[in-house]
Formats: sequence, structure tokens, C-alpha cells
Amino acid sequence: METLQPILAEHPFFQKLEPEYLALITGCASNVKFDAGTYIFREGEEAHHFYLIRQGKVGLEIFIPELGPVTVQTAGEGELIGWSWLVPPYEWHFDGQALELTRAIALNAKCLRQKCEADHDLGYQLLKRFVTIMEQRLQATRLQLLDLYGSRT
Amino acid sequence: MVPVPCRVMRTYQETGDTFTLELESLSQDGFSFRPGQFNMLYIHGVGEVPISISGDPHKPESVVHTVRVVGIVTWGIKKLRRRDFLGIRGPFGTPWPVDLAEGNDVVIVAGGIGLAPLRPAIYDILARREKFGKFVLLYGTRGPSDILYFRQLEDWRARFDFDLHVTVDRAFGPWKGNVGVVTTLIPKAHFDPVNTVALICGPEVMMRFTILELLKKGIPEDKIFISMERNMKCGIGLCGHCQFGPHIVCRDGPVFPYSAVRHLLGIREI
Ligand SMILES: Cc1cc2nc3c(=O)[nH]c(=O)nc-3n(C[C@H](O)[C@H](O)[C@H](O)COP(=O)(O)OP(=O)(O)OC[C@H]3O[C@@H](n4cnc5c(N)ncnc54)[C@H](O)[C@@H]3O)c2cc1C
Ligand code: FES
Repeated sequence: METLQPILAEHPFFQKLEPEYLALITGCASNVKFDAGTYIFREGEEAHHFYLIRQGKVGLEIFIPELGPVTVQTAGEGELIGWSWLVPPYEWHFDGQALELTRAIALNAKCLRQKCEADHDLGYQLLKRFVTIMEQRLQATRLQLLDLYGSRT
Repeated sequence: MVPVPCRVMRTYQETGDTFTLELESLSQDGFSFRPGQFNMLYIHGVGEVPISISGDPHKPESVVHTVRVVGIVTWGIKKLRRRDFLGIRGPFGTPWPVDLAEGNDVVIVAGGIGLAPLRPAIYDILARREKFGKFVLLYGTRGPSDILYFRQLEDWRARFDFDLHVTVDRAFGPWKGNVGVVTTLIPKAHFDPVNTVALICGPEVMMRFTILELLKKGIPEDKIFISMERNMKCGIGLCGHCQFGPHIVCRDGPVFPYSAVRHLLGIREI
């Protein structure tokens, strides 16, 4: 049977990951597809998965009463969404909407957490990659907060 | 140098606070300038401000400026109507190194109204597109309603030889495009870093972080160019008002190679 391992190996997030770890992670992976307009997850729901986007675009939204949904970030091909599965209570902090037809690999959170607990080297490899992404997102969020274009350009 | 009166041919609103002004060319030969240069625009009895030229360098019959209303003079310019007169001195300053970029890929990164000084470079490159490799424009602004030259960006995006990406800092409503700061577009852009010339214009903080991302991608420092803004008075290197470290921005800039100003960026009270 064909596995998702070659697809995972090509995704930028897993670049240079040892094949033995990739094989472990592949056991938690599944192929998913979302039509444009579908909500992949909603704020407050349990974060059962994180997603490696292969094609399409996902918007992370916050719902503000009286204003409606505000998109605060989009992620596209080669990017990843979701680290809520890593941090208790494992709940989404945003709504995630497929803005276009989106194909992704979903990684099952419980399955991965168990494997990381059992094999801390795998856990470390994954965390290293997540920390890099978190740092980039934090950096980008700080710039967003500065509202650069608002007053002086 | 005294301002030459110019007649307003057309004005059009670009966004809530920004408009474009088309002026009749100054002389019979037309108005010639190089992409990246600016004019001093003078409103009688109000004041004078530096504003980049945002029109097409291959269309000398008009002088085009895109202005964001922030204070007295820009508000005075905004109030001008068709056939009104405005004083102009210029063009001044150093241009974008478009000629030097020939044979290279070109990446333009613009933030907010920073797209205006870069538009002449875009026109120029598209006019002789075959002389350049890949051509990428990454444009970030505050929200969907703040996007400058919206229709023109749509037209450009339809071209097969121009890789154009727009992102906004946040989006309300039906926006289906990118959301996130402009620097997040850089890792995803396709170009050959060592053979790429980068032109950047926007708020200084945005330029600093853009430069970091471009360096991370492997673009050499000496191929990165930025446009600096400093308050100006004379515009011709006499009053010292626009001093930036050892540089006089109106004369030595506004376009600088990054290597010339690297040590000054981010330093307080220059
Ligand atoms: C080389 C150069 C090219 C420029 N090109 C353009 C251009 O193409 N289009 C354009 O709209 N502007 C451009 N500017 C900026 C423009 O010159 C200023 O916005 C203008 O001088 C403000 O004059 P004012 O009398 O309307 O506002 P002021 O009364 O001088 O200022 C009003 C308020 O605006 C703030 N302010 C001052 N300068 C700026 C600024 N640069 N940006 C935002 N807020 C400011 C002041 O701090 C003050 O709070 C350029 C500046 C330089 C140096
Ligand atoms: S504005 Fe006078 S020296 Fe530059």
C-alpha cells in the first residue's frame, strides 16, 4: 500500500527529518480535502489535528461581535496550521476556514503526543520545528501590532 | 530654484486617505524623470513638501503623484481641483538602479504608500521586460481597503511574466487574499537570490525586517536598495534639513544601497 511518507518528506516542515521519525509520524497522518468556505476547526473545539497544507489557502479568523470575522493570518502551500494540539488544554484559539479548495495532510494529535512521549527524540525533532515556526509567527505578529501603515509611512 | 506652476489635469481617490494627482507636463518636451525621484510640491501660502513621482517614466506628457493626506500641505494638495495650479520643483534625488538590475531577477517589496515611489520602476521594467529575469512584486498594506492602484495590480497579476503577491495586515469581511505582514511573503517567493536585485520602500521598520528576510534568502547586501524619507526643506542639498548620518537624503538619496546606510538603520536620533 502506498503511504504518505514521500509526501511528508517533501513538505518543508519535515525537511531533513530522519526516515525513522518520518515513518513514525506517517502512522498518524491522513490525506484531507476541504472545499472553499469550509470551516476546518472552530475556536474552543478540541484540537485533534494539525495540518500541513499542500495546496490552497486557510484563513485564521477571530470572531468579533458586531464586526464579524477578522482574518488575522493566512497560510498556504508548504505551510502549517495549528500548534494548539501541543499545549494543554489542546483547544483551538481561532476559527480556521478554507479560503480556497485546500488539500492538506492532517496529523492526529493524540497519536503524535503518544509517540512523542514514548520517543523523546522524536518529540525534540518536532518541537524544534514548531519553535522555529512559532518564532516566525511571533515576529510577524509583533510587526502586525505595530500597525506600521497606520500613522507614518 | 523657484517652483514652476503646473495645472491639475485629473485627481482620483485611491483609498480613504490617499489620492493620485495628474499634472500637465511642465515643458513642451514633457517631464522627464527617473524612477525613484521626487518633486517638491508647493501650495501658495501653505507650504512645500517632497512627494515621489508615481507615474510612468515613458509617458512624459504628465507628472503623476500619489499623496497620502497627513497634514496641512498634503491636505492643501488634496483640495486642488481640475485646472487649479500647483508649484513644482524637481525632479530631485537618486533613482532606483533599474539599469543596473538588467540581467538579474528583480524583487520589489513595497509597504503602504511605499508602492508609489516604486511604481515608475515597475513601469520601466515592464516596458523592457525581456531584459530582466524573474520579476516579483510583494506588496503589503494595512487592510483590503488600503490597497493602492487596485485595478492596476489586478491587470498586472494577470500577466504571465510578473509574479505579484499582495498581503494585508488584517482583513474584515470577504477578503480571500493573503493576511500577514509583507515579510511573510518573502520565503515563499521564487527568485535566484545571488542574481537578484531588491528594491524596497515602506515604513522604516518594515524595510529593516524585509532586509533581514532577503539576506536570509541569500540576496547579497550590495544588491539591496531602499528609499529613505526624511523631512525636507530645500530639496537640493543646501539646508541640511534632511541629514541622515553623513548623508543628505535629498541629494545622496532617497534611494540608497543598503550597504551605505546599514549602520544607520534603527539607530535613534540620527
Ligand atoms: C523623498 C520623499 C518622498 C516622499 N514621497 C511621498 C509620496 O509619494 N506620497 C506621500 O504621500 N508622501 C510622501 N512623502 C512624505 C511627505 O513628504 C509628507 O507626508 C509631507 O511632507 C507631510 O506634510 P504635511 O504638511 O501634509 O504634514 P505635516 O503637517 O508636516 O505633518 C502632519 C503629521 O503627519 C506626520 N508626518 C510627517 N511626515 C510624514 C510622513 N512622511 N508620513 C506620515 N506622516 C507624516 C507628522 O509627524 C505630523 O504628525 C515623501 C517624503 C520624502 C522625504
Ligand atoms: S532638504 Fe535641504 S539639504 Fe536636503
